Amino acid sequence: MTRRVMLTSSLLVLVAVVLVPFYWLVVGSTHRSAEVFGTPPPLLPGAHLLDNLATLESTVGFSRVVLNSTLIATLYTVLAGLVCTMAGYGFAKFDFRGREPLFGLLMLGLIVPSQVTLVPLFKMMLALEWLNTYQAIVLPNLALPFGIFLMRQSMSALPDELLSAGRVDGCGELRLFWRVVVPPMRPALAALAIYLFLYQWNDFVWPLIALRTRDAYTIPLAIASLQGANETDYGAILAGTAVAAIPMALLFLLLQRHFVSGLLAGAVKE
Amino acid sequence: MTALAERAGAPPVHRAPSRRRWRGARLAPYLFTAPALLLFAAFKLYPIAWAFWLSLFKTDGGLQTFAGAANYRRLVADPLFWSALGNTGIILVVQVPLMLALAIGLAVALDSPLLRFKGFIRLGFFMPMVTGLVAYGLLFAILLNPQSGLVNWVLGLAGIGPVPWLTHGLWARVAVGLALTWHYTGYNAVIYLARLQALPQDHYDAAAVDGAGAWQRFRHVTLPGLRPVVLLTLVMSTIGTLQLFDEPYVMTHGGPDNSTMTLGLYLYANGFKFFDFGYASAIAYALTVIIGILGLVQFKFLGDRP
Repeated sequence: MTRRVMLTSSLLVLVAVVLVPFYWLVVGSTHRSAEVFGTPPPLLPGAHLLDNLATLESTVGFSRVVLNSTLIATLYTVLAGLVCTMAGYGFAKFDFRGREPLFGLLMLGLIVPSQVTLVPLFKMMLALEWLNTYQAIVLPNLALPFGIFLMRQSMSALPDELLSAGRVDGCGELRLFWRVVVPPMRPALAALAIYLFLYQWNDFVWPLIALRTRDAYTIPLAIASLQGANETDYGAILAGTAVAAIPMALLFLLLQRHFVSGLLAGAVKE
Repeated sequence: MTALAERAGAPPVHRAPSRRRWRGARLAPYLFTAPALLLFAAFKLYPIAWAFWLSLFKTDGGLQTFAGAANYRRLVADPLFWSALGNTGIILVVQVPLMLALAIGLAVALDSPLLRFKGFIRLGFFMPMVTGLVAYGLLFAILLNPQSGLVNWVLGLAGIGPVPWLTHGLWARVAVGLALTWHYTGYNAVIYLARLQALPQDHYDAAAVDGAGAWQRFRHVTLPGLRPVVLLTLVMSTIGTLQLFDEPYVMTHGGPDNSTMTLGLYLYANGFKFFDFGYASAIAYALTVIIGILGLVQFKFLGDRP
């Protein structure tokens, strides 16, 4: 009984500590820059969220930035979801020559640091005149090794009888994919979609290199660019950070079952 | 293409497999994997190979001249490269083990039948994981502001401080480590928890029958059971740490005095501030080799034992 209370209360305290940054992010984003660093620091929400958002709009064109982030992440999620699901299916449910070496090659992408490709990709985008475009951000990571791995794992649980029954019925391969394979994969697809959206929404290094004008910026670029200006506006930075983080936190709370299974799927299976 | 033709035609029911369809089924796996493979080849494999080629060139006043291994020789003699590697190494040997140990403790607590509000607590610890690296880096930089951040204010109430987070070499590293720990501990704990819940209960029962105490059960049942996922998270954390970029970029810009300079930041500075593509590529290749070696070592020491 007492051990139960002690364990539960100490973990609740720890969770509270972990959640303080979220709470304070909301608080800080509603205060002016000067108040953010007041003594004592603000502990309750203030009234200046709209002022901070207006500052963001005038300094970095924030509405355009949010639109960029949303479109890029959505486009990426749809396309990468398709590419990874198709590949996962191909690798899980067909026996074909070169399957293992090709899959191994893709999984190499999990180990080779993405930073290796930064300079060549920059030169490639420069030559294609794709800098500051959506495709420069969306295309290079469509074949995401983790996504392919995840879908292969999920697809391998699909009973082969289902596929052979479809084939006996004369169903073509593409039709089989859409009508028979994809529908029962919905939970895995939800997890994949969440993972992909989050990945692209938060991505920083490559956009930092490929998006060089302000109207092409995504949210992380915009809020990072506010730092180190002569008079850094911390209220505005916090408001922008809140726009980057809070929707994802809410999405997480809404879809947490899929979230957790999505982020774990690759990790726990051996 | 055969599949498309199939799709257009009315599907006859239960007909014998025709030669045409057999070919369709044989081509299908290539059709399904082709987009991923082509994209991977164009935007991953080709750049990886190109980066190596670039690493053999020197940039002199905008001109690229073939220089053989000159960039790699320069790298070996570059004190900043070594200090960046050292900084990463410190995080790797201090922050990563502490975080993973913390995550194991947390997972065991979350697995305990004594714990109430399990769902809520698990959710709370997992929350930081969905926050982007730049977002939480900026947030932590503001929370840890040495003059008037929330953390030093709270510590001041307890009579501690002010701690020179971000402005003092050692404390800047601690600050980055704290931020990393906040972000990733819950994620690792949830991975461990899933593994713990999949472990067969009879091992615990057998240990309890043998009179093993809580610590002995942890030592002889829990830890060995967790080994494969600990290895996995260790390898993931190693790869992630060696590529560390976003957090120090927004929290410390690699400072003060390069004390939080990482290989990722150094690569970026050489490639995209000084536009020395050859040298940046050499750093990238050194990074790849280091990750490869460390991954192999970790698998060798942790992987094969039963």
